[in-house]
Amino acid sequence: MAQTKTLTPATKIDAELARRLLSQMLLIRRFEERAAEMYALGKIGGFLHLYIGEEAVGVGATSVLRPDDYVISAYREHGHCLAKGSDPRRMMAELFGRRDGLSKGKGGSMHLFDKSKNFLGGHAIVGAHLPLAAGAAFAIKYQGGDQVVLCYFGDGAVPQGEFHESMNLAALWKLPVVYVCENNRYAMGTAIHRALAQTEIWRYAETYGMAGEAVDGMDVLAVRDVVGRAVERCRREQAPALIEARTYRFRGHSMRDPSAAVYRTKEEVEREKERDPIRLFRARCLKDGTLTEAEVRAIEKEMNDLVDEAVAFADASPEPPLEWLTEDVYKESTP
Amino acid sequence: MSVMTYREALNLALREEMRRDPRVFLIGEEIGLYDGAYKVTQGLLKEFGERRVVDTPICESGFTGVAVGAAMLGLRPVVEMMTFNFAILALDQIVNSAAKLYYMSGGQYNVPMVIRGPGGPAHQLAAQHSQSMEVYFYHVPGLKVVRPSTPRDAKGLLKSAIRDDNPVIFIESETLYGIKGEVPDDPEFTIPLGKAEIRREGTDVTVFAYMGMMYRALEVAEELAKEGISCEVVDPRTLRPMDIETMIGSVRKTHRVVVVEAGAGFAGMGSEISAFVTENAFDDLDAPVERVTGANAPMPYARNLEQAKTPSKEKIMAAIRRVCGA
Repeated sequence: MAQTKTLTPATKIDAELARRLLSQMLLIRRFEERAAEMYALGKIGGFLHLYIGEEAVGVGATSVLRPDDYVISAYREHGHCLAKGSDPRRMMAELFGRRDGLSKGKGGSMHLFDKSKNFLGGHAIVGAHLPLAAGAAFAIKYQGGDQVVLCYFGDGAVPQGEFHESMNLAALWKLPVVYVCENNRYAMGTAIHRALAQTEIWRYAETYGMAGEAVDGMDVLAVRDVVGRAVERCRREQAPALIEARTYRFRGHSMRDPSAAVYRTKEEVEREKERDPIRLFRARCLKDGTLTEAEVRAIEKEMNDLVDEAVAFADASPEPPLEWLTEDVYKESTP
Repeated sequence: MSVMTYREALNLALREEMRRDPRVFLIGEEIGLYDGAYKVTQGLLKEFGERRVVDTPICESGFTGVAVGAAMLGLRPVVEMMTFNFAILALDQIVNSAAKLYYMSGGQYNVPMVIRGPGGPAHQLAAQHSQSMEVYFYHVPGLKVVRPSTPRDAKGLLKSAIRDDNPVIFIESETLYGIKGEVPDDPEFTIPLGKAEIRREGTDVTVFAYMGMMYRALEVAEELAKEGISCEVVDPRTLRPMDIETMIGSVRKTHRVVVVEAGAGFAGMGSEISAFVTENAFDDLDAPVERVTGANAPMPYARNLEQAKTPSKEKIMAAIRRVCGA
């Protein structure tokens, strides 16, 4: 049986921390909702994968990091990028394909990068960024640093060879990387039991001799607790870990899968929405008196305003100039 | 100047660059304790230790991805592919990660790394271990591709590749590791990427060839000189970026072109060279460009079939005679 930890501390949580966690989750939720609207309006093209429903994982896990720690993710990475502290305006501009985007409009939704925040990017070949995470951790160790790398990926990456190659190398070389699997139970439309012989993903950690744990990915405090311990141990002992955060995506795989009705039932989705991480956390903060109704409403308004501002900024940003087409292909070397 | 083998020249380049820059490290299969499957990394573990000479298990995609991630944080990995055939297992990391990160991050993350190892036809290694691999890489914007034919080039170009801020594919050859040549001793000696070399000057026809085919072309040129046909043999050395200026300059001088390549001809290097010669120097041509390529078949094992697979001296000679109307 998986060790799914759900924290219910008797004492009140710190109000400042509660405010921070709730703010970030609301910021992500609102950002994604507006991104969906902008996609419908044709302002955003291509593939757009929303993080709605999974906010507690990215926010809880990233909240235990230091600013100089690294985060790397796959293509459902808006939430991770926001949680790492990137400017929502420049993120939205990237989704719009505009010149003020984080990646100058050349990356799009799936390729957000922010070097100033040690955000190593959005990578869109499933499983391919797991070795990159090990490589970043290798570089930290090589340089004698004490940062850690947090690598987010979905359950869809687990059957890929690169998941197993990365687990093996990270454990073999004792690299400071914490792998956080966001198990939302569907790799696109393939349910986990149709993809994995071993569906308890955290158990792969045992195979590779590293620390492994499962956590309720809808409980931001539980995620914070479990990932916090893993990161702490990773920093201290340069030992990797694999965390399985059990979560659910409320929307389809991408905007091209709006109903997500083929591979899962409406009842299931409605049932899972009862576990909405934001609603749960808000209710809890109100119930134990950490935050007041007025404070929560103020946070909501503040986050809505931030996202409105981001949309306005993106809309006002010009398209990238045509000469950028062939720039940044090669870096000019300075021998 | 010292006389050394191609293998020793590569080893020296690695050694010098590791001494020069503490960010440079080696990673690959059997490169440390075993001293390298082809002994290119011989003695480097002893000098630099396990931190900088990293033996990996067999997982090309995994350790190439590790190198890409390390390069994103500013290290300068040199990845050894035991043979370049195995690089196909890492093709996604090379094409989708290494080559594109600089572009799709809008210039935030460059990937200064070298992927090196032997490739091309070898001796009776059969279909999976004996093939020209450069074609899989030189099509990709973001990659540089080098094929060094001599010990001097092996040293000078590898050093430039390691100092380059981009991913460089550096394909050596099993059949050339033992050849000897003069190599400058100066640790600051480098050869810039993207510069072709005229191996033999001539006036009647330009023959483009690299690696083993370059040596075969030189033998042919020697024999044809006795018949009064003067061949200019030009070695591109770097296939991407290609030194079009030097190559077209030669065409403008000789007005005739033969391209020799060991790989299968369809959409090969000869196709590309023919295309840009036609685009840039059509009016200078006195004859259609001829390609002499490997057969359009996988590499066979049987010795006679293997010999027939790559361009023979006779085929090269016949092509040169055709374009010269001789």
